[in-house]
Amino acid sequence: MQRYILVRLLQGVVTLLVLSMAVFISSHLTGDPALFLLGAEGTQEDYEQLKKNIGLDKPIPVQYLVFLGNVVQGDFGTSPITGQSARDTLMERLPATLELAGVAFLLTLIVGIPLGVLSAVKRDTIFDHIGKFFAVLGIAAPSFWVAIMLILLFGAILGWLPTFGRGGISHYILPAFVLSWGGMAGIVRLVRSSMLDVLDTEYVKFARVKGLPERMVVYKHALKNAVIPALTFSGLTLAGLLNGSVAIEVVFAWPGIGRLLLQGITQRDFPIIQATVLAAGLFYVVVSLLVDILYAYVNPRIRYE
Amino acid sequence: MATAINAELGPGWWRIAYRRTMNLKLPWIPVFIMLILLVCAGFSPLVAPHDPTEINILNGKLAPGENLSYPLGTDILGRDMLSRLIYGARTTVFISLVALGTGAVVGTAVGLVAGFREGWFDAITMRTADAALGFPTILVAMVIVVIMGAGIESIILAVVLTVWARFARMIRGDVLSIKDMDFVVAAKIAGVSMPIIIWRHIFPNTVNTLMIITSLQVGQVVLLEASLSFLGLGLPVGDPAWGIMVSEGKAVILEVWWLSLFPGIAITVVVLAFNYFGDWMRDALDPKLRRL
Repeated sequence: MQRYILVRLLQGVVTLLVLSMAVFISSHLTGDPALFLLGAEGTQEDYEQLKKNIGLDKPIPVQYLVFLGNVVQGDFGTSPITGQSARDTLMERLPATLELAGVAFLLTLIVGIPLGVLSAVKRDTIFDHIGKFFAVLGIAAPSFWVAIMLILLFGAILGWLPTFGRGGISHYILPAFVLSWGGMAGIVRLVRSSMLDVLDTEYVKFARVKGLPERMVVYKHALKNAVIPALTFSGLTLAGLLNGSVAIEVVFAWPGIGRLLLQGITQRDFPIIQATVLAAGLFYVVVSLLVDILYAYVNPRIRYE
Repeated sequence: MATAINAELGPGWWRIAYRRTMNLKLPWIPVFIMLILLVCAGFSPLVAPHDPTEINILNGKLAPGENLSYPLGTDILGRDMLSRLIYGARTTVFISLVALGTGAVVGTAVGLVAGFREGWFDAITMRTADAALGFPTILVAMVIVVIMGAGIESIILAVVLTVWARFARMIRGDVLSIKDMDFVVAAKIAGVSMPIIIWRHIFPNTVNTLMIITSLQVGQVVLLEASLSFLGLGLPVGDPAWGIMVSEGKAVILEVWWLSLFPGIAITVVVLAFNYFGDWMRDALDPKLRRL
């Protein structure tokens, strides 16, 4: 168990190091930062001085280590576009993304699990077909397009829901649904198939023979065992949430880090790019580590591999 | 020549071929959609009624069905929607083919060697593959775009970096179970070199897995390409790519709703077709992989 977690931890650290090298290289490949900061009026002397001040006269590996040291302390530099510290901008935007991802994650479980159970219990009925269709479509339809179509339907034509920005609960409905649909589809399929397996086992048959009411059989005896694979899979939907949130934030004008990153890329704002990429990477690595630990805890077979 | 073959095959041959095809229980609707996609991609200049980039402001914002020369309407600049969709198919097929092909070759090669040699190469590549498997693709793509600039190469590289891992993982698993079989051991004893054993004796036995993963991945790749194009990280704005077309329609959705609607439907239908086809292939070739 300890060895397993240690390997995972090491893997996470290496992932983050590779990511930090990539963003470091990216800022060095695209022109001389000193020249960029200096502007048009600087002299050669100013240029040399500035280079020295920001450490550009040192060899590249040393510069990388300095960069890494700053990053670990949370210093990503100042955005040349807004003049604000990149960390402050990141911190300002981060809660919006985390909130949306959190709501979407809850929605994935709250809607996905019952729908999967319903599909399995009412196998081959209209419920099952609707559930399947919902799942298949959720995997195939591009989320950015679904988002635009829902804005058209619920925002413009029906006028029921707000379609942009962050605000009250109603602001979360559309973006959280679109963001969660893909993961929800996976959960529905998984819960359905593991529920069908469990419903076929001896102990469920026994519970039925004993004369327990069907609801009791399904929710008390079958569901508990059927839901374990879904819980572990839900960790995997996390990458999907991070993937989806860039496009969703753009479409719904949600003030999160996905939109910040895209904006940083189009404006070539390197401190912002570095801060958002590394924050997203860190978030991903930490949560997947937690999921792995949870997985090992739930499924003892994996610990001894 | 042709008559000779026909005489030899006779009507019986056709009947057998027909029956064999029917016995495959092909998913006909997905196959039909895939054929349409391939025809549109391969012969776009012949199939498309208009030039997809031809601007004609006077014909702008024609609704679908308003003018039969433009059955799906035109966009703000008067470009024909149907022709743009057809050329978009070409973009999608080209990017998916190159990216998935490269990913498959790289992943298979890594998987074959890792499974056969084991040891440190196996440990390093498989840990890397694990990390690449779950990592958010859009993030990878965005870092690549920052380094290389927006463009078709960046999209392809981003897709390759994410899909190779699945191939490597699955192929390695296959190799582990094949390499201790008698025919491989016999080849080893006979003194056959490692590359030849891998290529002649092991690789042919992994082809089923390769085909299954490829067909299950196509849908994902199409979606990924579309999202990157939508975010403006791929082809230049104005090019006929489905993701870009959805994005162009976003700002004017209230007025010209068909701009975003049709390309989105095209993406969804194509991804659905490939997903169904992939499921069918998996069930037909290797029912053990059902849970994939």
